[in-house]
Amino acid sequence: MNTAGQSPASQAQMDPRRSFQGLILTLQRFWAEQGCVILQPYDLEVGAGTFHPATTLRALGQLPWRAAYVQPSRRPKDGRYGENPNRLQHYYQFQVIVKPSPADFQDLYLGSLEAIGIDAENHDIRFVEDDWESPTLGAWGLGWEVWCDGMEVSQFTYFQQVAGLDCAPVSGELTYGLERLAMFVQGVDNVFDLNFNGGSGPDRITYGQVFKQAEEEYSRYNFEQADTKMLMRHFDDAEEECRTLLLKGGMVLPAYDQCIKASHLFNLLDARGVISVTERQAYILRIRELAKTCGAAWLDTAGGGAGAHSERRGSG
Amino acid sequence: MPELLVELLSEEIPARMQERAADDLLRLMVDGLEQAGLQARGARSFVTPRRLTLSIADLPAAAPDTREERKGPRIDAPQAAIDGFLRQAGVTLEQCIVEEDRKGAFYVARIERPGRATPEIAAALIPEVVRKFPWPKSMRWGSAQLRWIRPLHSVLLTFDGQVVDMMIDGIRSGATTRGHRFMAPQPIKVRRFEDYELKLRDAWVMLDGAERAETIRAEANTLAFAKGLKVVEDEGLIKGTAGLVEWPVVLMGSFDRQFLSLPEEVIITSIRSHQKCFALREADGALSNHYLLVSNMIARDGGKGIAAGNDRVIAARLADARFFWDQDRRTRLQDLLPKLDHVTFHAKLGTQGERVHRLEELAATIAPKIGADAAAARQAARLAKADLVTGMVGEFPELQGIMGYYYAIEEGLDLEVAAAVRDHYKPQGPTDAVPAAPITLAVAIADKLDTLISFWAIEEKPTGSKDPFALRRAALGIIRLVLGNELRLGLLALFELYRKRHLPSLPRGTSINFDAANLLEFFADRLKVHLRSEGARHDLIDAVFALGGQDDLVIMVKRVEALARFLDSDDGQNLLQGVRRASNILKIEEKRDGRRHDGVPDKNLLVQGEEKALASAIDRAEAQAKVAVGNEDFEAAMRAIAKLRAPVDAFFDKVTVNADDPSFRENRLRLLNRIRAATLAVADFARIERT
Repeated sequence: MNTAGQSPASQAQMDPRRSFQGLILTLQRFWAEQGCVILQPYDLEVGAGTFHPATTLRALGQLPWRAAYVQPSRRPKDGRYGENPNRLQHYYQFQVIVKPSPADFQDLYLGSLEAIGIDAENHDIRFVEDDWESPTLGAWGLGWEVWCDGMEVSQFTYFQQVAGLDCAPVSGELTYGLERLAMFVQGVDNVFDLNFNGGSGPDRITYGQVFKQAEEEYSRYNFEQADTKMLMRHFDDAEEECRTLLLKGGMVLPAYDQCIKASHLFNLLDARGVISVTERQAYILRIRELAKTCGAAWLDTAGGGAGAHSERRGSG
Repeated sequence: MPELLVELLSEEIPARMQERAADDLLRLMVDGLEQAGLQARGARSFVTPRRLTLSIADLPAAAPDTREERKGPRIDAPQAAIDGFLRQAGVTLEQCIVEEDRKGAFYVARIERPGRATPEIAAALIPEVVRKFPWPKSMRWGSAQLRWIRPLHSVLLTFDGQVVDMMIDGIRSGATTRGHRFMAPQPIKVRRFEDYELKLRDAWVMLDGAERAETIRAEANTLAFAKGLKVVEDEGLIKGTAGLVEWPVVLMGSFDRQFLSLPEEVIITSIRSHQKCFALREADGALSNHYLLVSNMIARDGGKGIAAGNDRVIAARLADARFFWDQDRRTRLQDLLPKLDHVTFHAKLGTQGERVHRLEELAATIAPKIGADAAAARQAARLAKADLVTGMVGEFPELQGIMGYYYAIEEGLDLEVAAAVRDHYKPQGPTDAVPAAPITLAVAIADKLDTLISFWAIEEKPTGSKDPFALRRAALGIIRLVLGNELRLGLLALFELYRKRHLPSLPRGTSINFDAANLLEFFADRLKVHLRSEGARHDLIDAVFALGGQDDLVIMVKRVEALARFLDSDDGQNLLQGVRRASNILKIEEKRDGRRHDGVPDKNLLVQGEEKALASAIDRAEAQAKVAVGNEDFEAAMRAIAKLRAPVDAFFDKVTVNADDPSFRENRLRLLNRIRAATLAVADFARIERT
């Protein structure tokens, strides 16, 4: 009865309105068509897609850049033992970065919403002021949170500074909250009820089946069991390693990995409630210092655009 | 009448900045045109989330011609100097005239400039205005160097219906705009304001923010009325939502009734602060489970999808709020106190925990002075800040105090203590209600006094327009609490107590320099501002304040009021005239002698009947006035002094002050000085300007 590729089942698997993975694949395809490099998630724990070197470091320097990727994001403090229908300590962001930001960036973004099945003529899409800032990355930008019928579905930012350095040209950054968007298009009130694979009946796999146990276990770990002495030690180690690598030279990316690790260790310590207000600020400053040093070092590498001028002149 | 139309179309402008931006555009353009010699008439500016628009109904076609004369070198100056001058002035020698002064003959260049055409002026002015536009925060985008609030997309610029060509960072002016982002995104060609406004309306853009706000208000009321509901009024929210849409469409949504068991402030705040929606009430005043949202779309499905989407978000918000409500109620306020030790109040002033200890002491000290129970005031002060570390206040900081109240009630604490926890932040501004419950007053005053004294001690005082810790509001708060309840508090004694007991316990390393007199002056200044806003005469206030050293606000105000009432009466006029006569001559003679005549008059040197009579009248008046001031009956005090009018008049009729004998003169001046001194028991009459 069903012919391969045309069957209702396989359509559902790819339909952004019926499957979580369909939503992801649709966004990837959309941005691939805009000339983006489709990357895979960075293989370290991060709090947001912005930490991926494809955003943080590539936003610096003058070389053009276009990338899109899914980034699992960990926010230990946001865990709710899998009991809250909206809050997760681990969730997916879809990240797009385009440098320089194109004049039609807003229209492109709206086009991507249409691609995942949000009909702008029946919904209320709004750009609501939201100045983005990442104290740990020494980064800030201006933009909006994008609302769809009152729900924040994306963060839209024009980077002004990253790692304490001015961005010129300016990168446009989009961060889609994938679970929220999926809940919106699937019309589901509980994140764990999301249809992950688009299957129906016994073939349906839910978000809860994939992640609920993880939410329970990690909440336990993040809030109760993480060994804070060890975490503090690891934080110090990461900080020191980052500095050492930068001093030795030629290893900006490995050094930046250590900065990412320090940031996640800080988030874990924060979730364990062992960081006082004053210490908190001190930790943030330590991470920012690492990010700044990495950013400055990146500019001296080929990826950061060092020598790009003379090369272009040479070839032109 | 030639008309100028400017529109700057950009990506979405933050709502809170819009109104100010429209004003700035108007001001900068009109000023700029004026500087170029163009008088702008009928200038209006508009703002929507995407555009800033300026229309000037009447502008001359060109600036007037100008003529300038510029002085040049002497006629016998070296040729090079003369050539240089001509080149600089842009004239030939024939266009110069020769004038002469004492040093000799010199050239004067007559430079005539035809006025520039208005389009040319506008084309030069707009890039300048864009570049120096005072956005609170601006940004770059793409590879451009330009800064604007968000990426600038196009500039529409016409004068008298014609496009004015202009270029700014690659953006070329034109006669095109765009309509509503979703409902009419196609380009629209316009010539002047009239068709601009109409065509925009056809393209679902209501240009005028006031009209958008009015539409929201009217549609909200209509929708509510149809369901027998009333909108919880919120002007700020109307304005805010009007700044988020180009075409407002009000829709009704609802949430599960079970959420109505939450405190209504929690529901209203969840709905408004995150979702920018309006809460509704039933006819009997109870909160409804319906609410209103303002969308930017006339949706094909009539808004069903939009309302359903908002319902889901609001349900999630309320579920979150209920989680906090349930969670928070598991811990008693008392048990939250240790957490305050980890919350920094101010780096130099220590933690909230330390601050709470000070508040307890202060509230307990103030309580007996104002008829409040000291133990209850202490308890209320101890718990006043506990809700700052609850989940709900963490999520909704604006619910501070209110949540403390509910949690206090939930754990069965005394109602008055709970009310004090809730209301101790009051009054928040000049129009906020002043609480009256004694325990609340004790904590409210303690809270503000601690803020004022501690920031004064670390020399973080308000300067000019900067008052980051809202110290003016704190002082006004105390003033209104004290006056509104006629509380008798000696401020200086409280300052002194604080200095001794609390300043030493501020964190180590904090350098302290508390100037109590200076803080009292600050109170006096704030009281002046307050009284003036209530309509009191500023000279009467000055007359009372000039007495100095007063720290009882109620008495100060009583004096001002008594003075105002009394000066309106015949006795008041008598008093003023008598005192003035004495003061005027004293002033003249003091100036001549270069000293005051403060001494006690010598009874034996009083020779004429009139001066003896005056002396004994002063004795009587002084004694009566003193008793009256002791009774805080300032009118009686003034009445007593007013009785001096007749003896003073008689004295001036018959007695020569500037007698030949210097000892008589000195003695009479001393007598007059006693009159002035006697009045100082009430006010400094020299400060009173009119009668």
